[in-house]
Amino acid sequence: MTERSPVLSVRGLSVRFLLPGGRRIAAVTDAHFDVAPGECLALIGESGCGKSVLASALLGLLPANARTAGHARLGDLDLLTSDERTLARTVRGRRIGLIPQSPAAHLTPVRTIRSQLQETVAQLTGVRGRAALRTAAEQAAARAEFPPDHLDRHPHELSGGLAQRAATALALVGEAPLLLADEPTTGLDRDLVDRTVDELRRHVDADRALLMITHDLAAAERIADRVAVMYAGRIVELTAADTFFGAPGPRHPYSRGLLEALPDRSFTPIPGLPPELGDLPDGCAFAARCDRATDACTALPPFTDSVACHHPVPAPTPEDIRA
Amino acid sequence: MLELHAVTAGYDRRAPVVRDASLTVAPGEAVGLLGPSGCGKSTLARVAALLHRPDSGTVVLDGTPVHRYRHRAPRDRRTAVGVVFQQPRLSADPRLRLTDLIAEPLRATGRRAAAPARVAELAQTVGLTADLLTRRPHEVSDGQLQRACLARALVLRPRWLICDEMTAMLDASTTAALVRVVEDYRTSTGAGLLAVGHDRTLLNRWCDRTVHWDTVTSTATKVLT
Repeated sequence: MTERSPVLSVRGLSVRFLLPGGRRIAAVTDAHFDVAPGECLALIGESGCGKSVLASALLGLLPANARTAGHARLGDLDLLTSDERTLARTVRGRRIGLIPQSPAAHLTPVRTIRSQLQETVAQLTGVRGRAALRTAAEQAAARAEFPPDHLDRHPHELSGGLAQRAATALALVGEAPLLLADEPTTGLDRDLVDRTVDELRRHVDADRALLMITHDLAAAERIADRVAVMYAGRIVELTAADTFFGAPGPRHPYSRGLLEALPDRSFTPIPGLPPELGDLPDGCAFAARCDRATDACTALPPFTDSVACHHPVPAPTPEDIRA
Repeated sequence: MLELHAVTAGYDRRAPVVRDASLTVAPGEAVGLLGPSGCGKSTLARVAALLHRPDSGTVVLDGTPVHRYRHRAPRDRRTAVGVVFQQPRLSADPRLRLTDLIAEPLRATGRRAAAPARVAELAQTVGLTADLLTRRPHEVSDGQLQRACLARALVLRPRWLICDEMTAMLDASTTAALVRVVEDYRTSTGAGLLAVGHDRTLLNRWCDRTVHWDTVTSTATKVLT
């Protein structure tokens, strides 16, 4: 990986939701990571661990009762402190393209794909004039391999895979250097997952940065350069994808458990349930489910090397120490 | 045996979704039905669960042909089949606490008295804590709700279990946990399973035998013609 300045640099990002009655939900706590151009970082974890909240925080789409702390720098801009006007006019679509979770629900149901693409092209680029817009929209569709003969269809007339390509085409229009894909493969069958992921990879290889949020480990393995594992709102492991999925494997007991739960590995679940984000323990949040837990786990483990754990599985080689 | 013979079913008689599908599940057997999205496998699963009347063909449950479906099916046949659907949110009454959700089939069949003990036992089996049982569906995650839906399917001790993409929405660990619950139930009761899905790796690992949608529909045509 070339050492270039990252597209997105997140430092100490935390998100709290304030609920009536003074309750606080710690959705994301102290997240640190970078995404470089031409790189895909996969953020994986169980549902409800705070992954999607992190994505919403980057786009400034959190509800009003959320409080954020830390920094998320996109070039010279701090996404967490920017006002709505800046985010709406210069960031969303232009500097960050969002590929949404369920494309069929994200597209406007009453308008054709062509009309939505043309509107997006007109909003985000300098193209003007009916004929020019039509050509630009067709080019945008072609980039995401959306078939031109389906452009005049409405979203409900598209299959899951085509709706996914339409959403990707829309996200690519603004030539954003950072793509954010939030569970892009949920509900698709395996062939379609592979196709979607390979298409996303092509965009990464065209020197874009991609932050992909997913609980589908097979999809992450196929696309990611690096993997960040999130548990109970914290990133507990951040490492290169080939060492994570191959040898020597992940170092955090939770990451190992997640991988071992796959049907092509030992297919054993991690015992217990994840803790409530409103009622996290003071120490390591995973200790209650961990077979390596000791007294040390009552204190919060610091993030050292590539992992936040008091007793990671030892197998560090100099190459994985790259956070 | 749970037998489907030359079943044609759909939502419009002129354009059936499933044509001439045949499938057999023996007691104690786990059969995986594999097919791409939108091929009609969920419709066939609904027919097998007596939730959808086929346009033609026969369903034979434990040696007796089925003539009535949905609420018209006699109680002892209806309760012989447990079903878990893909989307727990759409298959759970949002007004019920998880305890009541799991106990609902017991109440509906007049076994209210057995509910507290049975719910406590099943909550333990599927891994739901007492705190979660008092919540309503919007207060729990998809994985937790699917655990409750599985407990609801098992509460009447069905002889047949139909799992329609039970784990498609779930992460790897919850998937493995729910599959283990189903397998433990099958080993202890000898129930038969029809697991419908599109994840080949998962079904091959889970089931005794995996059949592909194309073979389910084409063997039927071969037998008939």
